[in-house]
Amino acid sequence: MNKRYESVIGLEIHAQLLTESKLFCGCSTKFGNPPNTNVCPVCLGHPGVLPVLNKKAVEFAIRMGIATNCKINQYSIFARKNYFYPDLPKGYQISQYEVPLCIDGYLEIETKAGRRSVRIKRIHLEEDAGKSIHDQGNFTLIDYNRCGVPLIEIVTAPDIRTPEEAGKFLSDIRQIVKYLGICDGNMEEGSLRCDANVSVRLKGESKLGTKTEVKNMNSIKNVINALSLEIQRQIDLLENNESVKQQTLLYNADLHSLEPMRTKEESHDYRYFPEPDLPILEINEEWINEITCQVGELPAHKKLRFKQQYNLPDYDIEILTTEKEYADYFEEVVNFTSDYKSASNWFMTEILKILNEKKNSIDRFPIKPEMLAELINLVNNQTISGKIAKEVFNEMLEEPQSPYEVVKRKNLIQISDENILIELIQRVLDRNQKQVEQYLSGKEKVFAHFVGEIMRETKGKANPAIVNKILKEKLSYLKKKNQ
Amino acid sequence: MKVSREQVIHIAELAHLKLTEEEIEVFQNEMNQILEYMEMLNELNTTYVESLSHPIEVKNVFREDKVDESISREEALKNAPDSTEEYFKVPKVI
Repeated sequence: MNKRYESVIGLEIHAQLLTESKLFCGCSTKFGNPPNTNVCPVCLGHPGVLPVLNKKAVEFAIRMGIATNCKINQYSIFARKNYFYPDLPKGYQISQYEVPLCIDGYLEIETKAGRRSVRIKRIHLEEDAGKSIHDQGNFTLIDYNRCGVPLIEIVTAPDIRTPEEAGKFLSDIRQIVKYLGICDGNMEEGSLRCDANVSVRLKGESKLGTKTEVKNMNSIKNVINALSLEIQRQIDLLENNESVKQQTLLYNADLHSLEPMRTKEESHDYRYFPEPDLPILEINEEWINEITCQVGELPAHKKLRFKQQYNLPDYDIEILTTEKEYADYFEEVVNFTSDYKSASNWFMTEILKILNEKKNSIDRFPIKPEMLAELINLVNNQTISGKIAKEVFNEMLEEPQSPYEVVKRKNLIQISDENILIELIQRVLDRNQKQVEQYLSGKEKVFAHFVGEIMRETKGKANPAIVNKILKEKLSYLKKKNQ
Repeated sequence: MKVSREQVIHIAELAHLKLTEEEIEVFQNEMNQILEYMEMLNELNTTYVESLSHPIEVKNVFREDKVDESISREEALKNAPDSTEEYFKVPKVI
């Protein structure tokens, strides 16, 4: 990117709320049901029907407002956004316009340039549209199952400066909605969507340049790629003394290209007016307090607390707090062991690997936290070695059981008795005279060979620290005798 | 305030209506009459009257987040001008 320019980015993020039923009717919000089976006269926009607001959707939206430091409006109203498109059977979308639920919030994000605050202008509640299936010859097919599913729209001020910051902001928002349990954050399935307004200007300039709107970026990676492309396109235009045209662009991830939306589709004149079918919404202090209690610990706070309470490296904390459920699992483990770092290591390497491989969620992970803690304790009190612990872990994966039971049943208790080990090591050395001579003549690499032999002999049960100690003693004794 | 001929055409376009020359004239007149009638409100002093977003003074009408039975797909598609077994069918959009 040309160093003389800076980009100015604002995001509009839509998050589908995890309610059971739609925003204004009792139809199910379940994803993936057969087309046009989650529908009723209300969401199909039949004449004479009356929308009734889903209370939980309001609470979810307010939760997000509280989590992003917004002011919750005491009174808010719904509005009709009028436009014709076949996925919108009423001819208008029920949304909020002049008085949204939440206003004037902010979210602090970590950037390369340090912590930055991004202002949130508003969070409002609205209904989703149906799904169009194109490329059906001369027709478009419509499925209204999604029509009327509750959404929140989060609108930021133009405070974001780079595509990476936009990606970070979006991923933080995604983490927060998941922590709050109000949205599953799945960008591929479209339960979280992001559009961006972007413009460029010379550094130091305070006036904003002409902006374009970029849509159809259905992953965090695509947001970063699409914005980088659009920023470069705008800079190239300005460098060639051409001007940026205000327009909407669709990102094509396969071709890594931007295509302008046909002008006819964006010539909107929404003629918002207050929705006469829905009465005013009043949110009192008491209700806000009640919802505040549902917010719980947010990612930023959890990270700080993990640092103070468990003194783990930042890298570990970042991974352990990715999902609230990960952090919960970790904290249950450390209820039963004081070895925080081992608990973290087991989680980051073994458990995450399995979750990713099996595409499983942590709450269905077969090893219960207290069992993992017991396993860690068995290593720490020298009952088993770290290597054997892996074997026991795999046994526990196959069939949930106490690690100590596995150790006992399979006779895996670590051999730490020095007398037994001395005898064993002597036998190994006697058997490997050639390697002993090599060692004594300075080829110290064969040390590992002896350790390997001993481990093989004991099926991995020898206490490695004691083996190392005795082996060293024996070999240095032989060395001295040899000189 | 006067409604211009261009405004009538614009509003008709937004409503997906095709108006004849005569109709444009008729609607322009009628819209202006309506606005003139509404102008009467400006004779009242509303300085201390709060704006109203809803004619009935009720607030917070909610439903609990419970799933009710939907209608059958057959019923849903019954009134559609065109459909397949599963979908509503409309003229090509893109």
